[in-house]
Amino acid sequence: MTTGPMDCNELVELVTAYLDGSLELEDRARFDLHLLECDGCENYLQQFRSTVATVGKIPFDELDPAFRNRLITAFREWR
Amino acid sequence: MTRTAGDEEALVAALKGGDESAFAALVDRHAPAMLRVARGYVPSREIAEEVVQETWIALLKGIDSFEGRSSVRTWLFTVLINIAKRRGMRERRDADVAVMAFTGATVDPARFRGSDDPYPGHWLPNEVPSPFPDTPEGSVLGDELITLARRELDKLPERQRVVVTMRDMLGLGSAEVCELLDISFANQRVLLHRGRAAVRQVLESYLRETT
Repeated sequence: MTTGPMDCNELVELVTAYLDGSLELEDRARFDLHLLECDGCENYLQQFRSTVATVGKIPFDELDPAFRNRLITAFREWR
Repeated sequence: MTRTAGDEEALVAALKGGDESAFAALVDRHAPAMLRVARGYVPSREIAEEVVQETWIALLKGIDSFEGRSSVRTWLFTVLINIAKRRGMRERRDADVAVMAFTGATVDPARFRGSDDPYPGHWLPNEVPSPFPDTPEGSVLGDELITLARRELDKLPERQRVVVTMRDMLGLGSAEVCELLDISFANQRVLLHRGRAAVRQVLESYLRETT
């Protein structure tokens, strides 16, 4: 329910809500206005986006061949 | 990483006909992510594998009545999580309460100006974040960051790890994750934010040291 300008330490806790588009419009406006004049927070947002993109590039582990074979065997038994 | 949904209908049809290669293709497509998610609920990799196996058997048993109203992936994860919860014996409600009770900052408060400063709550001059560098696909630095992110993800508390995995590795939407995990939007957001923030901090520390 704060309506004054947003401080950096408040903004950093709202980045996920901002990226998901789930901030109240009033808070979204305060967030956007703060970004206009704060390079540090603009960089923080960039770091956060970059982090999300990096996590998105983590490959899933290959299936252990023995485990994969067990699944295929379960399939043959079912069929 | 994006799974092509187009051929999934064909795979399901082939599976109904008993086609082993269709089964193998679906396993290769979904089982690695299923293992990772299951691992967030149960104490060992062995039990996670059992949970995944049980899920595939449930799919096979129900395949004739599978009408494709939901995607195969959604179906698999819904069943997987139900089985994993049963095997994991972890109480969801307690976890939900714990999430809300914990409200610590995700950025070290020492990086901000204090209340006696004319700009309280703003970055201290030597703590202002710098942008992360662009890392082309396959670059050495890019690979290092992915490795670091993966290590930190593995270290996260399990609820955070599961949510970050589903949102950022699997690319599921927030509504789907809330439904699958039976948690509120607010809790989902808190878990996701804390998990991402922890990974961000590790990447930032590394980049500050090396560049």
